[in-house]
Amino acid sequence: MKMLLNRYKFFLALVIINIIVYALYPSVGQTSIDITWSNAVEMLSIIPPIFILLGLLDVWVKRETMIKLMGEKSGILGVLIAFFLGSAAAGPLYAAFPIAGILLQKGSKLSNVLIFIGAWSTTKIPMLLFEASSMGWKFMVTRFVINIPVIILIAYITGKLLSKKEKQYVYEQAGNRSL
Amino acid sequence: MFTVLMYVVAFGLLILSFLKDKKKTIMALKKAWKSFENILPQFLSILVIIGIMLAVLSPEVISGLIGEKSGWLGMLMASIVGSITLIPGFVAFPLASALLKGGAGFMQIAVFISTLMMVGIVTIPLELKYFGRKATILRNSLAFVFSFIVAIAIGVVLG
Repeated sequence: MKMLLNRYKFFLALVIINIIVYALYPSVGQTSIDITWSNAVEMLSIIPPIFILLGLLDVWVKRETMIKLMGEKSGILGVLIAFFLGSAAAGPLYAAFPIAGILLQKGSKLSNVLIFIGAWSTTKIPMLLFEASSMGWKFMVTRFVINIPVIILIAYITGKLLSKKEKQYVYEQAGNRSL
Repeated sequence: MFTVLMYVVAFGLLILSFLKDKKKTIMALKKAWKSFENILPQFLSILVIIGIMLAVLSPEVISGLIGEKSGWLGMLMASIVGSITLIPGFVAFPLASALLKGGAGFMQIAVFISTLMMVGIVTIPLELKYFGRKATILRNSLAFVFSFIVAIAIGVVLG
């Protein structure tokens, strides 16, 4: 119980802040509660399949297979798979982090996992369609084309700037998460 | 629509998995639940932060911040607003489109959208848990810098 309280203390503090805001500025507080509620509903509707896929990936895909597909020596194949996985997703970016964690744990190359994160944030197919409908095709296509090399560059530079020890740490973090 | 597709794929694979190996499937579901429960406190916190933030930074306020300002100051402002807010696409794009019609420049809007998507100040605590401090800071700072490059390129192509 105490542990539970400890884990959720930050969340509870935020709820209290929201209540204070509500007491001082009822209209802002109300809007905030409405937005939180509608986002929570949206999150809950989109998250079950993401975590089910995560569980299945963990159980069925062997570490050796993942290393072959997205590991150190996976080359262009790993990059393509990372792009595909990220782009085919739906859901907010923060839902991508647990999946990134499991990809790392299974031995994917860090830069490929960062490409996956980049693709999830920027080139998600359902979002691109929506973008085209509200911003026009030209804007969407231009942004998409420029973003592909940008995503790869961010991933590679981040990977290069981390020392061996720092990378080791990232993988250890991911490993501990499996418990 | 796309969410429905995700459900179809996830549950299709789940059934397939169950037919092949019951024990493994139950393990997968346990893992799914554990991973979810593990980050639930962060998820809930993020939801409340987004709620409070968007209540204060309403579309009108955002329009005021980046709507009329142009040039580098406008871009800087747009990038800061984009980095700290976390607006879902179905709200952000109509807002961006309205801002464009209201006279905002392509570059300002592009940098707003890019930072909105790639830089997540609010979600940094969660990202830290998975990638560690250095990788998280690097990824976000690089994304911030590259958002400007993307925006300039869009400005050149569309402007």
